[in-house]
Amino acid sequence: MNRSTTPNIVLPPLQAGEEALAVLHTDLDERLGFAQGCVVVTGVQILAFSPGDLTWRNWPLCVDLRLQRRDHAGVASLELLDSQGRLAIWRHTLAQQDEAARLVSVFECQSAPQSNSGVDDQPPDGATVNEPLVEEDEAQTPPSTWSLLRLGRFARPYRNELALGLLLTLATTAATMVPPYLTMPLMDEVLIPYQNGRPIDPGQVRGYLAGLLVAASLAWVLGWARTWLLARVSERIGADLRTAAFAHLQSLSLEYFGSKRTGDLIARIGNESDRICVFLSLHLLDFTNDVLMILMTAAILVSIDPKLALVTLVPLPFIAWTIHLVRDRLRHGFEKVDRNWGEINNVLTDTIPGIRVVKAFAQESREIARFRAANDRNLAVNDRVNRVWSLFSPTVTLMTELGLLVVWATGIWQVANDRITVGVLAAFLAYIGRFYIRLDSMSRIVSLTQKAAAGAKRIFDILDHVSSVPDPVNPLACGDQNGRLTGRIQIRGIGFRYGHRAVIRGVDLDIAPGQMIGLVGHSGSGKSTLVNLICRFHDVSEGAILVDGVDIRRYALSDYRRNIGLVLQEPFLFFGTIAENIAYGSPQATRTEIVKAARAARAHEFILRLPHGYDSVVGERGQALSGGERQRISIARALLIDPRVLILDEATSSVDTTTEIEIQQALENLIRGRTTIAVAHRLSTLRRADRLVVLDRGVVVEEGGHDELMRRDGAYRKLYDAQARQAATEAAIEAAAAAVAAATAVTSEPTISALHQAAHLTGAVLAAASESASASPAATLSAEASQPLQPLPEEVR
Amino acid sequence: MSQEPGFSLTRDAFGRLVMTSMIGEVFVGVLAVRAFPITAPHEGLALVGPHGEELAWIDQLDTQPDSVRTLIAEELAAREFMPEIVSILSVSGFGTPSTWDIETNRGATRLTLRGEEYIRRLAGNGLLITDRFGIQYLIPDLKALDRQSRRFLDRFL
Repeated sequence: MNRSTTPNIVLPPLQAGEEALAVLHTDLDERLGFAQGCVVVTGVQILAFSPGDLTWRNWPLCVDLRLQRRDHAGVASLELLDSQGRLAIWRHTLAQQDEAARLVSVFECQSAPQSNSGVDDQPPDGATVNEPLVEEDEAQTPPSTWSLLRLGRFARPYRNELALGLLLTLATTAATMVPPYLTMPLMDEVLIPYQNGRPIDPGQVRGYLAGLLVAASLAWVLGWARTWLLARVSERIGADLRTAAFAHLQSLSLEYFGSKRTGDLIARIGNESDRICVFLSLHLLDFTNDVLMILMTAAILVSIDPKLALVTLVPLPFIAWTIHLVRDRLRHGFEKVDRNWGEINNVLTDTIPGIRVVKAFAQESREIARFRAANDRNLAVNDRVNRVWSLFSPTVTLMTELGLLVVWATGIWQVANDRITVGVLAAFLAYIGRFYIRLDSMSRIVSLTQKAAAGAKRIFDILDHVSSVPDPVNPLACGDQNGRLTGRIQIRGIGFRYGHRAVIRGVDLDIAPGQMIGLVGHSGSGKSTLVNLICRFHDVSEGAILVDGVDIRRYALSDYRRNIGLVLQEPFLFFGTIAENIAYGSPQATRTEIVKAARAARAHEFILRLPHGYDSVVGERGQALSGGERQRISIARALLIDPRVLILDEATSSVDTTTEIEIQQALENLIRGRTTIAVAHRLSTLRRADRLVVLDRGVVVEEGGHDELMRRDGAYRKLYDAQARQAATEAAIEAAAAAVAAATAVTSEPTISALHQAAHLTGAVLAAASESASASPAATLSAEASQPLQPLPEEVR
Repeated sequence: MSQEPGFSLTRDAFGRLVMTSMIGEVFVGVLAVRAFPITAPHEGLALVGPHGEELAWIDQLDTQPDSVRTLIAEELAAREFMPEIVSILSVSGFGTPSTWDIETNRGATRLTLRGEEYIRRLAGNGLLITDRFGIQYLIPDLKALDRQSRRFLDRFL
């Protein structure tokens, strides 16, 4: 799409009545260099333009011609084969894969016209949504200082307050303009005439002094009101921004979180929004103030004496130029500093939760080195920024001093020539004293603006990211009037690729309401991915998933997910009480409901044994609870929302067999009456499943009941036998350990003979177990693994 | 020095690699896979079957007989695609996503960077850039790039 897809390739003349049905613009040559080529399918032939020799080749369509598509690491190839071998190969990047897919499907329709009528081009219901709903991340214009202007969206709700604030600022600045102005009459009408021998008029002096006092008080009151009002507003804008960023983050797909690191996101939402807030409340306010003051001062100076005013304003362009010069460098520098903060945070967030791994592998020094490297980079970037910055401020000061010098010189010369009075010069000096001080502080705003702009950019990066799992524009109502689905799931030819790796390919599956499906397969076979697709954590790349006959992309996400209960391998408990954790999915649940759910999940009793019962606080990783206990809490959580579709993703994989039995009992209650999809590595946990689906490398290879699949003697049988053997081995080792323990108990210490006996026993049991495992295919799942083992120890004895 | 590979490798009419093991098993559609494509591309190569099962392991490609080496090298050359960026001609902007016009050792093209985190630092001064289609572009040595390319890149690092 972004790549140029319009090479200047002219089609050779076609036969009469022949037209190009599909075109693939290949963007790689055979040696994988970038080059534009072209493959065309017409009604009678395939034409291809090879970028290497710049010629067209053609192959007439015939029955044994085949097109085959494959891809690896971002490069796809399209092969033209007949029964003898390969005729041609074309290569292209994945950017062109939509074209390639179209080309192949058009080709298949052409070469197999007899099946054309049978092929339904439009998959039922889901057809319209096969197109992506939102075009993801199109290149945008770069954010700069202008990204601060985008904050306007957050300022809009406070526009009245802001307008009032601006008015107050104007008034305050005007009030502070009065005192220097009064120095003029004080000088010319009071002090200088007195020096020339005229007495001071107390009334006149009193009037001027009162004016000074009033102006000062006015400036104080107005300044206070202004600062307070604007600080309030900016604090709210900052808070809104933070919430908006977090809320948006919650709506992003799992894919986004997979590619971002926690530390970086924390830095963005936490620190950056705070920096923007401080910038708005303090620095921007000062800046507006300064600008107003400079404008007013300039106006007053010009009104008093245009020529002198001109001289006074001479340093202004120089300072502006300096600011401009330094601006860009500083901004990049500060952006770098921010990124480095993200990096440092990342090291922290990686290391601290993983501290057990770090210590176990004795890698503390390596982590320290990693931290130091990130910190050193931070140091280097800061050093560079500081070099520019440290030169900048003194330069501005120097220029203001020089400006002052010029004004003095010009002023004295003018006074000497009687062009202006001493009072006017005094007023000018009083004004420009402030003027230049403000200019100096104004220049500081540069760095602060750049920092805030960098921060705003990083927040808007989050806000601008479009979820790859978008909510539909016009969502369909989900299920009945209570938003409850019946739970019929139809999976229609779905495919999914993770990056450029195809994880799921052409899976079809029908699940009736209330049915339990077991997904089995080696790890990496796509079980969890399939489940993630059903939950719509990701969107399918091809095909559609229909629930209650509607593509799930047509439902509003939250409505849809409300119907789904999820129990994961590693239950996640949030910081909070057990009750809060159970009620996570439906916060309005009553205590009775919570207890009922906990009881059904067999968690009630152990919860009661905790010191504070349901109000016991569990930490973010639920340290105080065992794996089985945490799992049962998460089962209670799923029970409480009463989902129509239940997903058990390796729910019992990380616990021992005893705990597994307890969890199994809890699950029985959960499964009842719900459409259930259980992913399990351990096949024994799926004995209640109505149907087993065996996945291998993203494809369904077998489907059916346990007995049927065992009879078929295929992939499932292999998996099953392997596990039965392993289970037998484990049981044997346990039995042997028990024998040692028994012997120890009798003799009070393990004698050599007892150990021998145990060793012998282990060997015998192992042999017997593996034999029995492969010999009894018809035994039920649960019995198989354990039963033949029980009598064995006695026999051996 | 060339060691006995313990298998033979040929290419059939369909362009697929066919491996015959010492005991005479024949595997069609064998793929060559590097174990450490970035950190140690020349060490550790696996020949895997069409279903992803490992059939043979090669510690060093150099030690293999010429016939095997050429076939594997051909196979890798046809599948491996990691253009090296020679120079960055222009970038659409310094915010992400950003589209870059680049010159690679495989010709000129255009890549779209989705975010700064898609630039991965490698040991030394190397960088690995993944574009929005998952194509990986390698910069073996940042310092070896010309000034302008470095300046563009610097804004994203």
